[in-house]
Parts: sequence; C-alpha cells; structure tokens
Amino acid sequence: MINLVQNEMMKLIGKRRFLIISVIIIVLLSMFTYAQARHAETTRERLGSVDWRTELQQQIVDWQNRLSSAGQWREHLQIQIQQSQYYLDHGVNPSEPGAPTFIRGFVENSAELFLPLLVMIIAVDLVSSERSMGTIKLLLTRPVSRFCILLSKYIALVLSVSLVLFIFGLLSYVISAMMFGSQGWSAPVLTGFSVQGGELDISGVRLVSQWQYILQQFGLAWFISMVVGTLSFMLSILMRSSAAGMGTMLACLIAGAILSSMVSSWDSAKYLFMVNLGLMDYVSGTAPPIEGMTLGFSLAVLAAWMIGALAVSFAVFMRKDIY
Amino acid sequence: MSDITLSVKGLRKVIGKRVIIKDLSFELKRGEVFGFLGPNGAGKTTTIRMLVGLIKPTAGSIHICGLDISKQFTRAMRHLGCIVENPELYPFLSGMDNLRHFAVMLSGTGQERIDEVVRLVGMQERVNDKVSTYSLGMRQRLGIAQAMLGRPDVLILDEPTNGLDPSGIREMRAFIRFLAEEEGLTVLVSSHLLHEIQLMCDRVAIISKGEIVRVDSVQALLSREERLVWRLMPYESGKSILSNRTPILNEEEETVTTVYSEREAGEWNRELVEAGVRVLEMNRKLPALEDLFLELTGGESID
Repeated sequence: MINLVQNEMMKLIGKRRFLIISVIIIVLLSMFTYAQARHAETTRERLGSVDWRTELQQQIVDWQNRLSSAGQWREHLQIQIQQSQYYLDHGVNPSEPGAPTFIRGFVENSAELFLPLLVMIIAVDLVSSERSMGTIKLLLTRPVSRFCILLSKYIALVLSVSLVLFIFGLLSYVISAMMFGSQGWSAPVLTGFSVQGGELDISGVRLVSQWQYILQQFGLAWFISMVVGTLSFMLSILMRSSAAGMGTMLACLIAGAILSSMVSSWDSAKYLFMVNLGLMDYVSGTAPPIEGMTLGFSLAVLAAWMIGALAVSFAVFMRKDIY
Repeated sequence: MSDITLSVKGLRKVIGKRVIIKDLSFELKRGEVFGFLGPNGAGKTTTIRMLVGLIKPTAGSIHICGLDISKQFTRAMRHLGCIVENPELYPFLSGMDNLRHFAVMLSGTGQERIDEVVRLVGMQERVNDKVSTYSLGMRQRLGIAQAMLGRPDVLILDEPTNGLDPSGIREMRAFIRFLAEEEGLTVLVSSHLLHEIQLMCDRVAIISKGEIVRVDSVQALLSREERLVWRLMPYESGKSILSNRTPILNEEEETVTTVYSEREAGEWNRELVEAGVRVLEMNRKLPALEDLFLELTGGESID
C-alpha cells in the first residue's frame, strides 16, 4: 500500500503539480503583500505626524467612557479595550501588521475559493488523467485490486492536500515576514461570536492568541480543502474529461459563494455543501447565510457530503467497465 | 500444471440490449501463439478487455492458469502480462520510472528483473530518458518490457506491430516466436494485419460480429481452402460444363474459380477438353488468410 501511494506521489511530482501550485501561491502572495504594504504606507501618510500610540490611547479612553452606557455591548467593549491595551503594551501598531496578522487575513479570504482551487488542480484529474492517457488499462491489469488502487490514490490526495496547505502556510509566512516582519504571534484575537435570533451573541466571545487562531484557521481550511478535494476526486471518476470535472466543481464553488448571500429564506439550502463552506465566518463572527447554522452543523453537513462522495467513488470505480 | 493456460467458456457481453459478444469459447496452450482476427467492431478489443479484467463479462468464465479472474483476480493477474491497444505509459516519467512504477505493483519484482527486461527489449541506452521523447517503436518495446516484468505465463498483445517500421515488425515477430518457443509463453495476439497473423501465429480465431467463426491452425485453414482458377475458351460453355461438376466460387475477368481437388481436377479438365473447350490456364492458388477471412466474415471490411 505504501508503495502504491509512493507511486501516486511520484506521478504528481512528475506532472509538476506542486511546482505549479507553489508558483501560483508565490505570484498571488507577492501581489497581496505589496498591496498591503502600500495600504499601510498610505495610512501612515494620512495620519501624518500623529503617533499611533496617542491615537490608540485616545480610542481606549473613548471606549472606557462609553462602558457605563453600553448595556449589552459592555462585554464586547471590554474585550476590545483589552485587545487595544495589548497592542499598546507590546508596542505593536494594529494598522501596521506583522506576518501573522497578514497570514490570518489571507487564510480567511482564501479558504473558501483559492485553496479549494489549488486542491482541485490535483484532485480533479487524479483518475480522469489515467483514463485520458490510457494508463488506467495498465494500472487495472496488475495483480492489485481496484479497491487498493483507488485507496492509494485517495491517500495520495489527503497527503497532497496537507502538503499544499503546508506550502501555502510556509510561503505566506516567508513572503509576508520579509515585507512586514514577524511580530505579533501572540497578539490577542477576538473569537467565539455566535448569532442567535438575528442578533450577535457575544457572551461566548473571548480572546485567543493569534497563533492559536491561525492554527484553528488552518485546521478549518484543511477540512474545507479535503471536502472539495474529495468531491473533485469523485467527479474525476465519474467524468472522463478533467476539464468537465473542473468546470463542474468550479460552478459549485461559485454558486456557493453567490447562494450564501441570497438563501436566507430558503431553509433547506443549508444542506447543500457549497453553502456550508464558509467555516471561517463562524470563527470571525460573520452571520451565517441561513439562520440556525452553526460551526458544528456545517462540519457535520460537509462530513456527510465527503463520506457520500467517497462511497460513490469506490462503488463506481470498482464496478466500472473500462473501454 | 496443465498445458492449458487460458481458457474461455461461454463468454458473453451485453450492453443495454445489444449483444456485443456471443458465447465465445476457446482454449490456449502453453507455448503457442494464438491470433485473434476480425474486422473493427467485431468484438476483438472488447474480448481482450474482458480477458484482462477491464470489462466484466455478462456471462461466462475466464481462467488464467486455472484461476478464475472474476473470483481470484489478483492471483490470476499475476500470470498475465498485457498491452491493450497502444502501450500507454506516463509520458512525464522516464522509461525506468515507468517500469519501477509497475514493478512496485508486482510483488517480488526488483531492480534486477527491471534491468533484465530492459535488456530483453534492447532499451538500455534510452531507458533513463522521458517517455515523451520516445518514438512509437520505443514505446512499443517499453510496453513489452512492462508486460514481461512479472514473468507472465500468458501474454496478451493487442496490435503489437502497430506503428513499427518494417525492421521493427520483423524483430517483434521474431521476439514473439522466441517467447513462445523458447520461454514457453502463451501469446495471444490480435491484429488487423492478416499477413502478420499468418506469419506469426500457430492458431487463429476468426471473429465476426461478436462470434467466433472459426478456430483452427493457420496451416489447416490455408490448405483447406485451396482454389483452382480456370481460364477457358470459349468461356461460357466451359463455365457451364464446370458448374455441372463443382460449384463456381468466383468469376472475374474471364476466369472461373472452383475448389481445388487433387482427385477430381484432372477429370474436370478431361471433360472440358473432350467438349472442345480450350483450357488456357489452370492455376492452383494457395489463398492468403485475407481471402479466407473476407469470405468467412461475408466481405466485411477489415479496417
């Protein structure tokens, strides 16, 4: 089995898949870090000579004054004060972020579309390329069962997704650290929002260190990528052409992004996998597309889709006639 | 171990309502080269794909070295090497990496065996280059090397001389004969080049519209169908005299074709001469497999 997985990885490397993905990440990252650096620069220019410490101090005082009249927002304010106080105490300018802050924003924005896209590059032709090249005929006439062959491919997919996430994390750290410096790993981040009855429930809000937050983000991003990867894997078995599989998967992802903003009254849409891909919103505190959706619910729906896709993949692949 | 290495019984494939393959049965013995001949669409490739486990038969059984491929797939496949259609290999890997890739899937096949098959097909010099730089002939050889990796008892080759130049074709033919005669392999070859089959095979199955029309040794098939071509003057009366004695098989350009019969040919000739017909030419014709094939398949085109 290990040998078979090695074979699959050798083929992926032979096809230069990881190289292509790395290049895409590097190009995009350079663009984003540059944009971010420019943004920080203009902010600095606008503020001119005003020291950010003075400004932040002023902000904190403002908030403290509002505390007494804040009512239910009291706790929220307290947390924000705590956060700002941290920046002040540690000499970190919140509008001049270091690498961790950049990574946090980048992961949050890429988890839904960009990372799944990268994973699709690998997953979508894992099986269909063997068919279009004709090598599947050699693969399936070995003294190895079809189950083992497909399993080795799936394990290779899991490894690849992890590797892509790792490359993604490493590159975004290296590039952004060069631009912004690497301070701020332990900066506090707000998390734990939940939406109940249309209102933001901040009772569970707490501060976590930025590195913990980023770790959690990567975990969720990995899960989203696995779901998209598994579904692409299934399409790669069902469809002969990689382009068709890619197109279908892309349509689903984009449909998910559009649907999320307009399905609030279509309740049963919450069982569609693409509406559930916004796992990052739960931790950052954005309201979910449909009321009643929680992180746990979305994880369960996605897991169900993933298991379903795997079952279909194996059932079809083991019975299929190869022409 | 018995002499029969590949046995097919009542093989049948139905897709939708169409019967693609109708109850094929044949047996292959150790050390023989068996040809599979039929026009396109006759079911050759479908049959071969069923033999190697790519397509599941609707009914019937296939045994390789006594192992049923539907029940003991992995054990049966251990005895089989094959190239189905073109030898498709990974173009982005080197020849050596391709062989390693497939060797991994055959337990107990190490680097030694890889080097051995590379030498067997004479690919030592180019084996470390990427497959995308190979000519079709080299790919074909690498395909054979791949098929030989597991020391198979049965080798199934679909169109093995496809895309080879004349010297390559001759080499391949010699190589296949060598494998069968010296190494005792059973080789199943399909080809649309009838000439190839005639030169390379011991026995042939002629398949048409999903049925085996005939299975016989090449020698028997050819001798049985010997013909006699007559050129007569005057043509019409000569033809009517002949047709009283034996059926006319073919007529063209003032010649009449009948079967060749050593016993009766002289008799027919005497009769013609006595009736005042001049026999300008009597030509005994050993038909190529091609003629036989066209006749058996009812004139279906081969390509």
